[in-house]
Amino acid sequence: MAKTEAELTWKDLEMGCIVTEPGNASQYKSGDWRSQRPLFDSNKCIKCGMCYIFCPEGCVEQNAEGYFEANLFYCKGCGICARECWPGAITMVEEEE
Amino acid sequence: MAKRVGMEVSVAVAEAAGLADTDVVAAYPITPQTHIVEHLAELVANGDLDAEFIPVESEHSAMSACLGAAAAGARTFTATAGQGLELMHEVLYIASSMRLPVVMAVANRALSSPLSVWGDHSDAMAVRDTGWIQIFVENGQEAVDNVLCAFRIAEDHRVLLPVMVHLDGFYLTHVIEPILLPERKEVDKFLPKNNYPLPLWPDKPVTMGDFAPPIIYFETKKAQEVNLRASKEVILQYWDEFGSSFQRYYHPVECHECDDAKVLLLTMGSFSETAMTAIDKMREEGKEVGLVRLRLWRPFPLEELRQAVKNTEVLIVLDRAISFGGPGGPVCSEVRSALYTQDKKPKVISFIGGLGGRDITSAGFEYIVNRGIEISQTGSEQEFEIFGVRE
Repeated sequence: MAKTEAELTWKDLEMGCIVTEPGNASQYKSGDWRSQRPLFDSNKCIKCGMCYIFCPEGCVEQNAEGYFEANLFYCKGCGICARECWPGAITMVEEEE
Repeated sequence: MAKRVGMEVSVAVAEAAGLADTDVVAAYPITPQTHIVEHLAELVANGDLDAEFIPVESEHSAMSACLGAAAAGARTFTATAGQGLELMHEVLYIASSMRLPVVMAVANRALSSPLSVWGDHSDAMAVRDTGWIQIFVENGQEAVDNVLCAFRIAEDHRVLLPVMVHLDGFYLTHVIEPILLPERKEVDKFLPKNNYPLPLWPDKPVTMGDFAPPIIYFETKKAQEVNLRASKEVILQYWDEFGSSFQRYYHPVECHECDDAKVLLLTMGSFSETAMTAIDKMREEGKEVGLVRLRLWRPFPLEELRQAVKNTEVLIVLDRAISFGGPGGPVCSEVRSALYTQDKKPKVISFIGGLGGRDITSAGFEYIVNRGIEISQTGSEQEFEIFGVRE
């Protein structure tokens, strides 16, 4: 997509706002919805992957060292990962920006 | 050559959809529209029309199935009336927003409660803002012609919008009229094959009717408004082409004895023919009266209306629907809005009549015109006048 959604004028839209580019939902920044963000503590994390399994957004990824972290572009801050993390490695903190 | 045959208007409308070589019909029977889809079902069952007939369980499903068919690139037709149109309501907006060229005949009917299967324009007025192109017809021939024109208009790539053809329930649907049914080859010449530009097709996947967050929704609505407004030019073009081919011409606003008329009556739909009889009689008596018939309801023909009434002193608008608790008749409200900005404008008098199958005779229209003239001189404490209710 040449223009971002914020730059598109009504003249740029496809007829009936048809989406001709499959998979472009990945450009939708659902991270905007977040009021809390998950903080991952690698000292407590045992790399079990429960956060990865339970994340309803599918935005928890494993980094090069094998620890899990949330992609904040998509993370809505629902807190399900923190709730399910039984070693207590994830804490939800207020977004202050 | 087309042959003139006597047939029920509902059957003629179905024949027109058949002549257009409709691919898909998804419909649910409802009085007074039933005969239209009944005859289409017959055409398909007898092998006279090679189409998918989808007998759905409700009008909501009928319109939804039509969306799918149109999205796949099929020429799509349905028909409904009154409560059925109401049950389709949310899907109507989706058809126009997704730019799907569905054609629908609406056999105008009153809305419950109390239950009434008889005619008025309450159902049409309730779907005014759904983004469909909307045409009102006065007789069976106009219904047939405008079903054919509707496909041509809807499927044009400059338009790609659904079209409703409004015909009065019972007053038109259930009467037998002499109809000139065009021949297939004449229709084929006027109406090329549907070629929907972005159909649902696995080789080139698209997403239709996706969701739009606040950052983009408003842009889609502006595009839709511009698109519907611009369709008028195409509508005029095809009415003109239809006229050249079939010698029957249609216009957004049609005038009868308007030129030097000091008083004009404005009507829509089949009542216009009765009103015309009244106007002719009054003309014979030397009264300077005329009749304006609004054929194109959406997009609203602002320029044509202003032009048609610019030299008249009084404009009497008859609505066959009530905007409860509002300014009266929906058509009159729009006419007033259209004229408000004009320096020279007639006094606009609002009448409501003919609800739920209540007839207005020629004498009734004479009364309406005379009473309208009286109100224009003396004024009235009421926003609108109701005609034909027992006090």
